Amino acid sequence: MRHTLAVLVENNPGVLARVAGLFSRRGFNIDSLAVGRTENPDVSRMTIVVDGDDRVLEQVTKQLHKLVDVIKINDITVDEYVDRELVLIKVNADPAQRGEVMQIADVFRARIVDLGRRTLTLECTGNEGKINAFEESLRPYGIKELVRTGKIAMVRGSKYTGYHDNGTKEEN
Amino acid sequence: MQKTGAQILVDSLLAEGVDTIFGYPGGVVLPIYDVLYDSEIRHILTRHEQGAAHAADGYARASGKPGVCLATSGPGATNLVTGIANAYMDSVPMVAITGQVATSLLGRDSFQEADITGITLPITKHNFLVKDPKDIARTVREAFYIATSGRPGPVLIDMPKDVSSGVAEHIEPGPVQLPGYVAKKEPDPEQVARAVRAIEEAERPVIYAGGGVVSGGAHGELLELSEMLLIPVATTLMGLGGFPGNHPLSVGMLGMHGSKYANYAVNECDLLIGVGVRFDDRVTSKLEEFAPGATIMHIDIDPAEIGKNVDVDIPVVGDVRLALRQIIKRLKPRLASRWRDKIAIWKKEHPFGFEENGRIKPQQVIQEICNVTKGNARITTEVGQHQMWAAQYYTFTRPRTFISSGGLGTMGFGFPAAIGVQVACPDETVIDIAGDGSIQMNIQELATAVHYKLPVKIAIMNNGFLGMVRQWQELFYNRRYSYTELENPDFVKLAEAYGAVGIRVSKKSEVRPALEEAMAVEKPVVIDFPIEREENVYPMVPPGEPIHKMLG
Ligand SMILES: Cc1ncc(C[n+]2csc(CCOP(=O)(O)OP(=O)(O)O)c2C)c(N)n1
Repeated sequence: MRHTLAVLVENNPGVLARVAGLFSRRGFNIDSLAVGRTENPDVSRMTIVVDGDDRVLEQVTKQLHKLVDVIKINDITVDEYVDRELVLIKVNADPAQRGEVMQIADVFRARIVDLGRRTLTLECTGNEGKINAFEESLRPYGIKELVRTGKIAMVRGSKYTGYHDNGTKEEN
Repeated sequence: MQKTGAQILVDSLLAEGVDTIFGYPGGVVLPIYDVLYDSEIRHILTRHEQGAAHAADGYARASGKPGVCLATSGPGATNLVTGIANAYMDSVPMVAITGQVATSLLGRDSFQEADITGITLPITKHNFLVKDPKDIARTVREAFYIATSGRPGPVLIDMPKDVSSGVAEHIEPGPVQLPGYVAKKEPDPEQVARAVRAIEEAERPVIYAGGGVVSGGAHGELLELSEMLLIPVATTLMGLGGFPGNHPLSVGMLGMHGSKYANYAVNECDLLIGVGVRFDDRVTSKLEEFAPGATIMHIDIDPAEIGKNVDVDIPVVGDVRLALRQIIKRLKPRLASRWRDKIAIWKKEHPFGFEENGRIKPQQVIQEICNVTKGNARITTEVGQHQMWAAQYYTFTRPRTFISSGGLGTMGFGFPAAIGVQVACPDETVIDIAGDGSIQMNIQELATAVHYKLPVKIAIMNNGFLGMVRQWQELFYNRRYSYTELENPDFVKLAEAYGAVGIRVSKKSEVRPALEEAMAVEKPVVIDFPIEREENVYPMVPPGEPIHKMLG
């Protein structure tokens, strides 16, 4: 099963290498990892999507906790959360096909961000399912280049998985 | 007050109570060495950085204080790596300090540059690259705090040359604030309550005690718990000495080369109480059949150890000593005496044994070492058959007296570690039980022992083979001894060349006198015991078998 982890880390050099290295050397599989800073410039947030059963997940969480730079981990898989991913797709679009591609873009509320003589570059945000569907719809035209950011996520409503500055890591 | 980075470093080390550093100089650590020259800190110059790391490790294991080692950048730093990994696997508190090229040269493949923080990422508890002299004091404080608290481990501080030679205000760091680091100590009362219930209900409990008992100083509590309910205690290699080996409730070591009765007891117990252990594969062998009928309790300070290898029914996360104390406080004594009797019978029926013939048997040499030292020496070992015989035939009664590379299995560990142990315990007898292969991995440290007048004894079990590997070749590769036979130097002459004493034993009758002679000399001594060449370590659980199916 795939799990979505919201991981708060100290914004120190090398922290990404520590987290990524931990996954690779313990044989845990990362599906995606997106990282950026939060409202607090000293703290970054990683959204990590990892595949594995409960046992794997428990180890992932515990091993992550051991890293000195990791402040807090939340498995938000079962929570209601908003998630987004951004994709940029450069697709073949001869003048004859351009209309069709633009219609697809319309359906997915994607935006055209660049125009070549034979290509269109589109940007689209949405949850993973939507991005997958968007990608599939464009595939028949020939995707020349594609880049996805990986998923970022935030729990809905008033529940808060950010950094409470009480100086302690959550016990698991 | 303005100071150089190197001065701040050394003052910060002093503030942490450091009295000894094991190290080796080089270009980028010259500012640090220049300050050490006038400092109260004793610096021991080893002959190889690996020796420095192992010596710091031995010092830490014997004293319970963090060991400190220092090396230059590049090759000096990479030479520390095995020693750091060794400390990491055995959870030894250590602070390794490495020089680094100046910050302006970082990342340019500069002379003697190696990305040592990158290299040691997976083998340190944490590491630091210090970029500004004003960060040194805080970094040192944090490094020692991380190395010694929670589950101990090595921490590395990488110090570029311009940082150690730069100048800054020395600001006292104050209390450590690491929002991402918890060193949980107090166990959860509910977990303790469940543990108490399980122990009270068990008919056939066995304690399986590991290095966490020794490093956590929980040997007293362990003894109390065991005696309260007459619970037999098996220990891991790392746990030897954590429970008195001569105690009637001791069943010795368990696992691949453990005692038969320990393995039988674990196989038939209904409650296995793991204390400061990690269910290593050398102990559990075939996981699915390990303690098959038992409820598994696991007491450990590191939550990530719970459920890492085996499914745990009753976890108790916290400081081992505190946890045991709280369990003891709530337990009502009730004696599982029938079970104890059964184990006593196994003990009688399946003692350790070896065939005596006219030749020198390694097991007998080890027994003699135990007799001559009255079981009171600090023993270090290298890695191989001799290590297992030392674990089996020397009776360890006190914690921190058996010092051996458990997790990494590092040949070359024992002798430099013995140097560190002797530095930590100047008035005690320190003996490295070595193999002829292993001793040659760090034999250059004889010069260190001689120079600093550290009267370490080295007992070489000389079988002319990489014995443990040969044993596997004998048992599992049709006696094809591929590259395991050794042509050795004359160890007596070698000792003498270094200014140590060499003793050669040639007959069985000389074993004891040689040992007595060695103990009487206030100098490093190498004793060469030519032992039975193809002796095997038994019992042995063949790989992949459950632990009650032993050879030998
Ligand atoms: C650094 C290192 N290299 C290789 C090994 C693999 N190994 C384990 S035991 C052993 C043989 C040890 O021989 P020796 O020191 O003579 O001891 P004996 O087994 O003969 O007592 C070897 C090569 C190891 N443990 N460590």
